[in-house]
Amino acid sequence: MLDLFQLKKIFQLGDSFFYWLKILFMSIIIFGLILSLFVSPKDYLQGDTVRIMYVHVPASWLSLIIFSAMGVSSIIALIFKIRVFTIYAKSLAPIGFTFSLISIFTGSLWGQPTWGTFWTWDARLTSMLVLVFFYIFYILSWKLNKNFFSAEKYSSIIAILGLANIPIIKFSVEWWNTLHQPASIKLTEAPAIHSSMLMPLFIMFIGFSLFSLFVFFIRYKTEILKLKQNKLKNILK
Amino acid sequence: MSPATKKRLSYFLISTIVLLVVGKFVYNSLQGNTVYFFSPTDLSNLSEKPNGLIRVGGLVKKNSIKEKQKNASYTFTITDLKNDTYVEYEGLLPNLFQEGKGAVIEGVLKDKKFLLAQKILAKHDENYMPPEVAEALKKSGNWNKNYDQ
Repeated sequence: MLDLFQLKKIFQLGDSFFYWLKILFMSIIIFGLILSLFVSPKDYLQGDTVRIMYVHVPASWLSLIIFSAMGVSSIIALIFKIRVFTIYAKSLAPIGFTFSLISIFTGSLWGQPTWGTFWTWDARLTSMLVLVFFYIFYILSWKLNKNFFSAEKYSSIIAILGLANIPIIKFSVEWWNTLHQPASIKLTEAPAIHSSMLMPLFIMFIGFSLFSLFVFFIRYKTEILKLKQNKLKNILK
Repeated sequence: MSPATKKRLSYFLISTIVLLVVGKFVYNSLQGNTVYFFSPTDLSNLSEKPNGLIRVGGLVKKNSIKEKQKNASYTFTITDLKNDTYVEYEGLLPNLFQEGKGAVIEGVLKDKKFLLAQKILAKHDENYMPPEVAEALKKSGNWNKNYDQ
């Protein structure tokens, strides 16, 4: 599996690989959507509003996971100068950014009928907005900086600084009084969510993850082609 | 590891440690300032009545919601099971605002025990289940008291 992430291997991934990956993630997401929108039960308190969770929670998880991966990649890239990790982080950024926007948007759609407000400045919502801004700064530092090496430096520093925000988002609901509820699914305890709702949630998460992987491969290939065009490909050795 | 890599690594480790220490201090000082809502007990412990908008959070006390028919205003009690705050509110209540459930009330304190509400936010807990399961749990007596918070 690790071989997949090597420079040469990714160009050996043929069209059929992408074709089947596409079929796989699309069928899983469609299956998950049918389960979550039609088959899964209503919540005893929220009613049908609970269905927003099946998009909101996987998108939020992925936006956190992807930023963590970008942060760790940036540490490796900046300290050990293994430049391929820079390209990983750069390719991941727009995917995570999109998921963080989906998370905020679906969250406020859920918040209006449940809490009675689209937005409030509690610790979870605020720290999540900070994550969106870290994504924006990271992407902008690549867009505004034409020199690859200085863009690499600044974007990596942004990703590493942003890494500090990830535990703040995760634990904000435990450290502070927040309007946002604590996590329903914890590694150490039984989930506070019924199994008939848990299953569609995990299927959606797998579907979104495969989608992320699919976009990541495409973006990674594009970034390598861009480097070739700018005659920078030899830095990836 | 080349000397340059070692240098970068040591810079990174030192700045991480410095940031963690600074972060710890910032976190400690923020604990007092980033209160999203006060509990009724927090309010009663305050030395003086805060001015301006504040938020009070807790459970809506059972059998405390009363509606005044004339001007569609409500009175109810927010409790943290130790202290109570009385709330007066004029306007629409959110769907999930129910007795025995959590709520966060934004408003101005008239005195330490009495809040004139401007906005009501229903707090939702982390428990999700289908109605039939909730029904069955209540019937069999396995209903967890935590579900009511």
